[in-house]
Amino acid sequence: MEIPTDHLNKMSVAEFDTSKLMINAARQRDQRGLEDVLIVDVDCHHYENESMREIVEFIDDPVLRRTAQVYSGAGTGANNPFMMGSPGSQDVAGRVTRYPLRKMEETPEDDTHRDIHLSLRWMDAMGVDYVMLFPTPMLLLGLHPVPEYEAVMSRAYNRWLTEKILKEEKRLKTMLYLPFNDPDATYKMVQDFGDSEGVCGFMVVSTRYKPVYDNAYMKTYSLIEEMGKPLAFHGSYSWNDQLLGNTNRFLVTHALGFTIFNAVHLCNWIANGLPERFPKLNVMWIESGLAWVPWLMQRLDNDYRMRSSEAPLLKRLPSEYMGEMFYSSQPMEMPHNPDVLEMTFKMINAETQLCWSSDYPHWDMDVPSVIWDLPFLDEKQKKNIIGENARKLYNLDVSDRFPNYQPPV
Amino acid sequence: MAKELFVSKADELADGDRKIVPNGNYEIGVYRVNGELFAYQNVCPHQGGPACEGLLMAKVEEVIAEDKTYQGMTFNHDEMHIVCPWHGWEFDLATGDMVADRKFRLKKYDVVEKDDGVYVTL
Repeated sequence: MEIPTDHLNKMSVAEFDTSKLMINAARQRDQRGLEDVLIVDVDCHHYENESMREIVEFIDDPVLRRTAQVYSGAGTGANNPFMMGSPGSQDVAGRVTRYPLRKMEETPEDDTHRDIHLSLRWMDAMGVDYVMLFPTPMLLLGLHPVPEYEAVMSRAYNRWLTEKILKEEKRLKTMLYLPFNDPDATYKMVQDFGDSEGVCGFMVVSTRYKPVYDNAYMKTYSLIEEMGKPLAFHGSYSWNDQLLGNTNRFLVTHALGFTIFNAVHLCNWIANGLPERFPKLNVMWIESGLAWVPWLMQRLDNDYRMRSSEAPLLKRLPSEYMGEMFYSSQPMEMPHNPDVLEMTFKMINAETQLCWSSDYPHWDMDVPSVIWDLPFLDEKQKKNIIGENARKLYNLDVSDRFPNYQPPV
Repeated sequence: MAKELFVSKADELADGDRKIVPNGNYEIGVYRVNGELFAYQNVCPHQGGPACEGLLMAKVEEVIAEDKTYQGMTFNHDEMHIVCPWHGWEFDLATGDMVADRKFRLKKYDVVEKDDGVYVTL
């Protein structure tokens, strides 16, 4: 395969192997003894579009299934009624080479799904024991103008994921994609899949225009709370968004986009008193990094002190509720002054509330050493963040990897 | 006396070529670009990615007219960048400095051509 390196030249690549790409991660794993440490990744991805021909067979509606069969096959042109795209340049215009090269990677011709082979390669290299696996192109499906399309496609995806992937490999888990634009379909998804093998919680992609305080969602929150599983909001971006459409460099679109949608939902969650209405519901915020949390803690506390009449359900400061929420670590900002990061960890109660995530194979992925090498964490704190906090949150059975597992002390 | 690591025969590293050679626990990436040789450890100072296995690309520059208006972007082939494939961190081929934040840099090695061979000084 050839990748253009400028407008005239190309670089030839003969092969691509995730294990080889990640060999330095494997060296870090061995140098730090991470094989002996429970590592749970609360946010990683696969490319479900590569399995779309399999997935569409799980669509119930015969007319929509036939439509999806047409578009997942040869197609009829550039458009696809099921996928909601956005302009973007996640791979930094081909510089992050695993994007263009992944189609070259060979996997064994056996009964194990290619997605499982590919996932285990990078997991083994990093020393990761379990992951929460999420889709990739579907992260923009919440922008689809027709809620039915999101509901139908996500239901087919969830059936395929639970039956063909999660059942086959216990190290792969998920927080189930919810078609949030359709509150009733969301409720039914939780009902129907909540107890499926490998479903550790539920996930709403934040990039959409539905407010979390809508009464239509209360029965779903109640049900998830009753199940004792967490609800996560996963950041994403849309360059088609009217505000983000004012950015012309993807670094800005990404830096703001992956944060701003989660920020809006978190503010609504707090101001509408949802932590008081669902006190046992664990909420997690995924893939917005960490720096946004201290910003909102200070901002909300300041406004709340002056305008508490607008958030009368709250009994404490917004930052206190936020300190009880869960956060995924990636993409973890590395400020010039490490004191800033240390203070951020303190503010979000990282020892109990922060869960490491890789986001692999996406471009801004983090390896476990970003946590393991932090000088201000002791060994217990490192182990909590890299695995134990997630194990507790998901009530994860780790006995197949750690038969005698004991929480860090 | 410093140890030397044989990289290749001189005529097997043509202009524009790159060769990755094992060295202990890691590798060294050796480049010949515009007649000059460069060698760096294949470890990115960011998160440890195999920087030398990524693309070698010209620096991107913005074209700004005298009236300060933006006129597009262009490549500057006088400054070539090693691009780490893990995250896209870019390093100046001539110095190993990370171009966006020069307090980071790739570990640089001296590299020479002699006796029809290319050698890195360890």
